[in-house]
Amino acid sequence: MTAVLRLALAAWLLASAAPALAGPATVAVASSLQFAFPALVERFRAQGGAPVRVNYGASGNFRRQIAQGAPFELFLSADEQSVLALHQAGHLADTGVVYAVGRLAWIQPAGRGALPSESAPLAAVEAAIADHRAGEGRPRVALANPEHAPYGIAARQALEQAGLWAASAPLRVMGENVSQAARFALADEARGGLVAYSLALAPALGERAEHVLIPADRHAPLRQRMALVPDAGEAARALYAWLQGEEARAILARFGFQPPSPSPTPASGA
Amino acid sequence: MEWTALSVSLRLAGLTCLLLLPAGLWLGRALALSRFRGRALCEALVALPLVMPPTVLGFYLMQAFGEQAPFGAAWQSLTGGGLNFTFTGILLASLVANLPFAVQPIQRAFETIPPNLREAAWCSGLSPAQTLLRIELPLVWPGLVSALALTFAHTLGEFGVILMVGGAIDGETRTLAIAIYDRVQAFDESGAAVMSAMLLLVSFLTIGVVYGLAGRRRWRRG
Repeated sequence: MTAVLRLALAAWLLASAAPALAGPATVAVASSLQFAFPALVERFRAQGGAPVRVNYGASGNFRRQIAQGAPFELFLSADEQSVLALHQAGHLADTGVVYAVGRLAWIQPAGRGALPSESAPLAAVEAAIADHRAGEGRPRVALANPEHAPYGIAARQALEQAGLWAASAPLRVMGENVSQAARFALADEARGGLVAYSLALAPALGERAEHVLIPADRHAPLRQRMALVPDAGEAARALYAWLQGEEARAILARFGFQPPSPSPTPASGA
Repeated sequence: MEWTALSVSLRLAGLTCLLLLPAGLWLGRALALSRFRGRALCEALVALPLVMPPTVLGFYLMQAFGEQAPFGAAWQSLTGGGLNFTFTGILLASLVANLPFAVQPIQRAFETIPPNLREAAWCSGLSPAQTLLRIELPLVWPGLVSALALTFAHTLGEFGVILMVGGAIDGETRTLAIAIYDRVQAFDESGAAVMSAMLLLVSFLTIGVVYGLAGRRRWRRG
């Protein structure tokens, strides 16, 4: 038994220590790309790209793991800060590129009251606050944790700009990342939530949810940056280059990401 | 240091202990003494949260707590409130998650009492209730103490289940373990370190006090 365990452990250690060159590209991907990224990988593979091993999670978590030497070769963050900070600390090859600009959306369970209009996208939050004050239950409003999740910060900015941050406090529930926030937004107890537009467009949500886009001027732009680690393998480099191409842009656009506006890459000292 | 998160954690752990102790006592004793068909199934069900990943347990509870689910709907009609994203919800989740920690030590303790001891007590004219209080409870005391200590410490550290059904609401479902996770995510190592030390201290003190009590009793008897 112990012999078997030892063998398994040895095999696992060998597999995890294998040089990046030998196998698939190992990628850390922000949860806002949970649905867009599989579509991207599918096209990449169809054009002869190497297999891709994907891990989804909170950008802040990946920033920490990469700083601690986790074997990721390419990091697609939901913000710029995580990438720039990692580069400054010497964990990334360069400052990378902005691959997409994210948008915020209000999502709610289908048939859970009126869907707000584009011109007043936070009307449902106001309605929920009014209901709560009238003693009609506690309809929850979900968002990602603004302490560390980029989409949570944007959601907070949108609520603050509308003067609803304090009033919504008794109704707010926090997802650990934006995917969990979307999950919470569609719970029975929720009126809805502020999440990544890319998640609102996901086929998986399909009939269960309806959404309305939050105007881009309600929060700071959600510029999403990606970069390679210094010793990334061929497969990861090829994927990184392909993700900057026209076809990847088109797929990202289909999932609610806007193309990055041409802007100078920040100097590495920034 | 987030005092509200600490107080949520302590309240959760305290209430879990308080509610699970009588339940654990009854269930543990029943499983130790009775020989009924389906006892093995009962034991397996009690042990299930021990082998189930907390996130899986959290997932099922989240489903069951929903207002569309039978259990959630029944709860809603009885109490007028939901369970997901509430303190009551994480308390219920915590009761389920800690069931084996409360029941198993108590059951093992009852199993060590020789049956003829109980019969001797009855022959001496003690009622079953008196037997329980005067003969059995003093004997299973170390088991009770272990059950309490394990339940308390385990609840303090509970993460996956609380994350799934809680929604990290300040003062209601944001426990210290979740607050620590958030601090780490926000790159506030010093904040996380202070809170972790606090959690470690509270856990250690709990276990220390409880084992100290149990040890004194054993020593006095021995």
